[in-house]
Amino acid sequence: MIEFLAMNGYGFYIWSAYGVTAIVLMLELSALRSRRRAVLEEARLTVPEDALDATGAAQ
Amino acid sequence: MAAATLPSPTTGSVWPAVQWAVRRDLKLAFRSRAELGVQLLFYVIVVSLFPLSTSPERNLLATLGPGVLWVAALLSSLLSLPRLFAGDHADGTLEQIALSPYPLEALVSGKILAHWLTTGLPVALLAPLLGLQYAMDGESLAVLTAALLVGTPVLSLLGAIGAALTLGLRASGSLLALLILPLYVPVLIFGAGAVDAVRAGLGATANLSLLGAGLLIALVGAPFAAAAAVRIALD
Amino acid sequence: MASDSLNWFRFSSPATFYPLAGKMIPWFGWSAALLAAIGVYVGLFVAPTDFQQGEAYRIIFIHVPAAWMSMFLYVVMACWSAVALGFNTRLSAMMAQAIAPTGAVMTFIALWTGAFWGRATWATYWAWNARMTSELILLFLYLGVIALRHAIDDPRRADRACGVLTLVGVVNIPIIYFSVHWWNSLHQGATVSLTKAPKMAAIMLTGMLIMSFAAWFYAIAVSLARARTIMIDRERGTSWVSAVAGAAR
Repeated sequence: MIEFLAMNGYGFYIWSAYGVTAIVLMLELSALRSRRRAVLEEARLTVPEDALDATGAAQ
Repeated sequence: MAAATLPSPTTGSVWPAVQWAVRRDLKLAFRSRAELGVQLLFYVIVVSLFPLSTSPERNLLATLGPGVLWVAALLSSLLSLPRLFAGDHADGTLEQIALSPYPLEALVSGKILAHWLTTGLPVALLAPLLGLQYAMDGESLAVLTAALLVGTPVLSLLGAIGAALTLGLRASGSLLALLILPLYVPVLIFGAGAVDAVRAGLGATANLSLLGAGLLIALVGAPFAAAAAVRIALD
Repeated sequence: MASDSLNWFRFSSPATFYPLAGKMIPWFGWSAALLAAIGVYVGLFVAPTDFQQGEAYRIIFIHVPAAWMSMFLYVVMACWSAVALGFNTRLSAMMAQAIAPTGAVMTFIALWTGAFWGRATWATYWAWNARMTSELILLFLYLGVIALRHAIDDPRRADRACGVLTLVGVVNIPIIYFSVHWWNSLHQGATVSLTKAPKMAAIMLTGMLIMSFAAWFYAIAVSLARARTIMIDRERGTSWVSAVAGAAR
């Protein structure tokens, strides 16, 4: 196991590469998730167009 | 405010439109000669700052010289680009220009040519003089000037696209730099590379040819992209 | 028949594409996860140690797919931009808008892993050669498109402006691709070509291809998910969005 992590001396480079990749991808996914939540919340607060009458007032 | 109105198209040629745009922009530029002078002075000062901040060792300066002169040319171009369309946009002339019977591409080309004549050309002509500060020899200076003469029009052409895209936006100057600098980088690499190649004894033909190819592509493509961007900004 | 000829455009409105995209995302997402698991297993455990580079070469199982994706996604973004500009369609512009951040992420990963591969193998994190420089330019192009999008308030003007900018920048892609041939320098020469036999062991190539598909499916899943969020944001107030937002509680 230790040998695997050490990667014959190259461990630092390999795990920095793989590790940051994993972190960045997880950041992308979580940013997407929170953006989606925020946008859905905004959408819920917006009155839908078919609930407005001809003058734009809420029915 | 605008000079004489556009002549109406009689022949099928767009050349009158280009001429009109060049003449008008040059006239407007010379009315604010001070502004042009300041931009050129900026170039001179930036170039002269570097030898002060680094060691005056001749070899180091000669290595740095081409890059510094090119980067300063890029920065001067960025400084002057906002005025390409902003003035006309502010007083409504740009909309008149877009509505004229001549193709917008031709009128934009004229404006870009005028921009180069007042920005890039003086920079290219001043460079050999400033290059002396960097202990550059005659051959290097000649190649540098040639590269700048071919490359600065590309800076104006690409810059016009950026100026049109960022018309009227907040912080348009910095945004313009962010958008345009990645496109400028190949010009910088080949432009400075031409001089480096000559110093290394390899000859500048490859770099200058690539610069020339870039200029041809930009000449054909940039007016269309810039005109499209102007129309988008005016909508 | 009329209904057959209309079918093609049935999904070209956000209201109809939204649920379709929603069904596609899990397929691509889970496939990507599975392929990535297999690919990483092959890359770290199965593939043998390289004769010249030792274990350090294992970074290519991330670096090469990310670099390919960074270029491929920009081209796809440019295609959607061209469609949006040509046909004046909203959805195509939303797709282009959705791809940009993922493209930037792939470019960053390619640059980061490339730097560490370079440090491990050639003792330098960075060198100003053609491919690495143009990949860095690609990152700035992505960031520029994203910045322009944020700077313009009117979504339709932003669509068109970003479209023009994307198409102007697409010239960079062939430069990156061919730069390895044009300049012989620090960057590893292209080892995978469609016509010549690859110079690497088959198992390494397999690992790279698996990871490439993983990256591709990941990009599709994430871009579709982002496109759905963009659709809700930009179509706020329409009845279908209100229905979706209410149902998603």
